[in-house]
Parts: sequence; structure tokens; C-alpha cells
Amino acid sequence: MPDTITLQVARYRPESESAPTLQEYEVPLREEWAVLDGLNYVKDHLDGTLSFRWSCRMGICGSCGMTVNGDPALTCGTFLTDYAPGPVRVEPLANFPVIRDLVVEIDDFLHKLPEVKPWLVRDDDGGVDDVEFLQTPEQLDAYKQYSMCINCMLCYSACPVYGIEPDFLGPAAIALAQRYNLAPATSAHQRLDVLATDAGVWACTYVGECTRACPKGVDPAGAIQRYKLTAAARTLLPWGKR
Amino acid sequence: MAGARKPAEPAGRVSTAKPSRVEAAAWLMFSAGGMVTALLVPVLMLLFGVLFPLGVLTPPDHAGFAALLSHQLVRILLLGLCVLALLHWAHRFRYTLFDGLQLDRTRTAINVLCYAAVLAGSVWAAVVLFA
Repeated sequence: MPDTITLQVARYRPESESAPTLQEYEVPLREEWAVLDGLNYVKDHLDGTLSFRWSCRMGICGSCGMTVNGDPALTCGTFLTDYAPGPVRVEPLANFPVIRDLVVEIDDFLHKLPEVKPWLVRDDDGGVDDVEFLQTPEQLDAYKQYSMCINCMLCYSACPVYGIEPDFLGPAAIALAQRYNLAPATSAHQRLDVLATDAGVWACTYVGECTRACPKGVDPAGAIQRYKLTAAARTLLPWGKR
Repeated sequence: MAGARKPAEPAGRVSTAKPSRVEAAAWLMFSAGGMVTALLVPVLMLLFGVLFPLGVLTPPDHAGFAALLSHQLVRILLLGLCVLALLHWAHRFRYTLFDGLQLDRTRTAINVLCYAAVLAGSVWAAVVLFA
């Protein structure tokens, strides 16, 4: 194994550049080093001007999503040795505006997320404070995987539909909606007006890249497909009342 | 280079859209067409493309087929298969044009053409089966 590996890092400094460029850095190649460790080595020892987001280093916070050799990935869970002898190309997440270097703007998602009401919504006004809602292990299994989402945006970056149709609600938002639709204590039809629209589930053409990209095992493509049947039943069938 | 898109303006969507019954119906027919085609067409291909030509099974003679096809239920089932398969095609094909070829601006025209083709194909199938 060679001692070092080359990182080709996308740089974009809007005050001085009109388009992103690639800059090469030589970083130590260590068995236990993730791409994020390589970027931190650059930041600490080679070039303090490089900008990127990171926090937990353990696949929990969802901050360090970037495009590594063309694929969206959490850089804390993507190891340099898997790309040896290199080079490793590190770019910002696709489908998002770039603020600087590897930092993208996710305001679009942050505006969409509350629209699907990602919280418990009940038909009656009793609220969830006074009552304990019991659920069986089967009921928990029905939605648990969707609750693992860490909002890392890899699925939006992987989704070709979101790339060409910015209005699309997107994989993570719909998967999170489905997490609350399937929870037994909530009313499932509260989100129909947002989800069963042209920009909601009907924009999805079931490419499935979102599910492939997800680092947490969530299946957004499956969530969207399942909700399509729910949406069709509720909007078309006379007894599928809202 | 990734990420050269401008910010959406205004950022995020305003939830004024209504649930789309048309898209729901189109998807449901697409789904039904895919299911029916996936179940029936391989059987027909196996029978007429492999087993009968290879002589593994003896096909019924012409009179037998004619009698089978003269049954109204068989005709209705075959027409249903043709119509649903065409509806499946139309939905897939129009999205291939919208997304794959980036023809989103001609959405209405493509929709009209695709579903007109479904109508024409369905009428043709009905004529072949029932005339």
C-alpha cells in the first residue's frame, strides 16, 4: 500500500471564481482513514481555506455528505483505502447550489420538510400529551426504517428527478411523511394534499437511486411506491374518503 | 462538475397544489398494466414462442384456436391485456420523454399523443378481436 493518496477536491470561491475547479492534495493513506479524515488533514496541515461541513464522524449527524468519485456518500463512512491507489475526487453533493467549496445550500429541502408535517398528527384534538399510545412490535416495524433518516441529502443528490424537477418534494421528505403516516397513533390522510400531487409522489418515476444511496438503510423509493397506492385509493375510490 | 444549480426561487414549494386524480388514475392503470403483462405475456411467449415450436407441447389445431377465440370471455380477456399493456407503455414512455429527453415543456402534447395512441391501439385490438 502506498503511503499517500491524491485527493482531487472541488474548490469554488464565489468572490474570485465564476466556476468550480479541482485542486489536488496529497494526504497520508492510512487504513483507518475515511475521506473526511483526508479532508481534515488538508484543512489542518495543507490548506486552511478549504470549506466543508462535518460534525460527528460516525454516520449520525448527516453533515458530511459529498460526491466521492461520482457517487453521493457520507465522507466519514467512505474509506480512502477503498480508492487506493487513487486519485479520489471529492465534489459537493449534486443537485444543490454550492455556497463554497464542498458546502451546499439545502434551504429547498428545509422548506419542503415541514410541509409533510413530520410529526404526529391526530384526527381528534386530544393531543398526545395526556394519553399513552401503545404499539405492537409489528406496528413499530412498519415504519421504523423510515425513522432512521438523518437528513444527509444523499438521496436528493442521487435522485435524477430532483435534478431536473426542483419542485419535487423528494425522497427523504416523502419517506419521513410515510414514517408518520404508518405510525399507529396518527391520522394517515393528513398529508394527502401535499403528497398526492404532481410535485409529490407522482413526480417519482421509481428510479430507485435514493434507496441505493441511503447510508442508513432507509428505503425512500419503497416508501414512495407504497404511498402511490394509498394516494390512488384515496383520491379515486369512492370509499377512499379523506 | 457537481452542483452548478441556482437556488430555487422562492426556496421551497408553496403547498397550493391539489391532489391529482388524473396522475393517480394514470399510475394505477400503469401499475395494473405492468402486473397483468408480467403475469400473462411470459406464459403466452413460453407457449407460442418455445413449447409449441419445439414440439414439447402439441398446439391445438386451427379449429381449436378458432373455437377458443370465438368465446366472448377469451376475447374480453385478450382485449383487457392489450389495453392495459398499452396504458402501461403510455405512462412509461411519456415519462421517458419528459425526464430522459428533457421534453417537459411539451408535456401536454406528449400526454395527448401517448394516450391517443393507446386509444387507437385499443380500438385496433377490439376490431381484430371482435370484428
